[in-house]
Amino acid sequence: MSTTDTFTIAGKTYSSRLLVGSGKYKDLEETVKATDASGSEIMTVAIRRTNIGQNPDEASLTDVLPPSKITYLPNTAMCYTAEDAIRTCRLARELLDGHNLVKLEVLGDEKTLYPDVDQTYVALETLVKEGFEVMVYTNDDPIAAKRLEEMGAVAVMPLAAPIGSGLGIRNPYNIRTIIQNANVPILVDAGVGTASDAAIAMELGCDGVLMNTAIAGAKDPVLMASAMKKAIEAGREAFLAGRIPKKQYASASSPIDGTFF
Amino acid sequence: MNIFVNGESHDVSQNFTAEDLVIKLELQNAKIAMEVNLEIIPRSQYSNHTFQEGDKIEIVRAIGGG
Repeated sequence: MSTTDTFTIAGKTYSSRLLVGSGKYKDLEETVKATDASGSEIMTVAIRRTNIGQNPDEASLTDVLPPSKITYLPNTAMCYTAEDAIRTCRLARELLDGHNLVKLEVLGDEKTLYPDVDQTYVALETLVKEGFEVMVYTNDDPIAAKRLEEMGAVAVMPLAAPIGSGLGIRNPYNIRTIIQNANVPILVDAGVGTASDAAIAMELGCDGVLMNTAIAGAKDPVLMASAMKKAIEAGREAFLAGRIPKKQYASASSPIDGTFF
Repeated sequence: MNIFVNGESHDVSQNFTAEDLVIKLELQNAKIAMEVNLEIIPRSQYSNHTFQEGDKIEIVRAIGGG
């Protein structure tokens, strides 16, 4: 692919359109190998209490995949209120020496992990005022996506399907509508199960895809990371190339003229 | 006096600072952030931030997450 096909989030340009999570891996070694194989330049991290009993010499994620090597995207996973999400972002900024880029997700329900869009608006308003650059997880709802953009989100990230479900893009027409309406990058976040799902997201015109479970939960996470990298690139190239229209009947590929029979 | 660190009660001396706590928990070399009663304490303030009885302190780090 052309090296000029980049995209920009909050003023920083990236060439990989695959964003990865760093959760659910069996150990840090696997996290590093899969992240490397994915070619990702942005990785989500969670903010959690320090393990008080932990061995201080034990390696941590920030040692093996430091922010100097990959852009950190601290998330507000497991926050069910705007207040908790805002606290998490403030702690992340302090932790990462003033790093403003965050992924906002405010969840509504433990069973579906669907976003609570009302609380997401509340949190986004404060975070934007406080100078955060916010990538927002939301429903595949074109109205909500547009409103989040207008409120100052630097990227809007509709779900493909529930987090960790692997169901793929459940509502491709909504994702396409969101993309067509948008003036900020649109990334599919959550619900991708396998490489073809990632390719479909990119063929719809998404700027990127964020995934965690699809890679970390695969039998061979490193191989799946490599597959996802290729799927994202293939889907992007197919989108740029412009697919043929779908037709009900056949259309011969060999010339009709010049037949001798 | 008593303070709460990540939900656990700790008995500490008067004038115990954020820096003292970091040393007590052997987190000097860890990449952390600290919140006291919902307010962020910047790392540069650890040495002169003194805890009060009943303070609720959260110390966090970045870990794997999606």
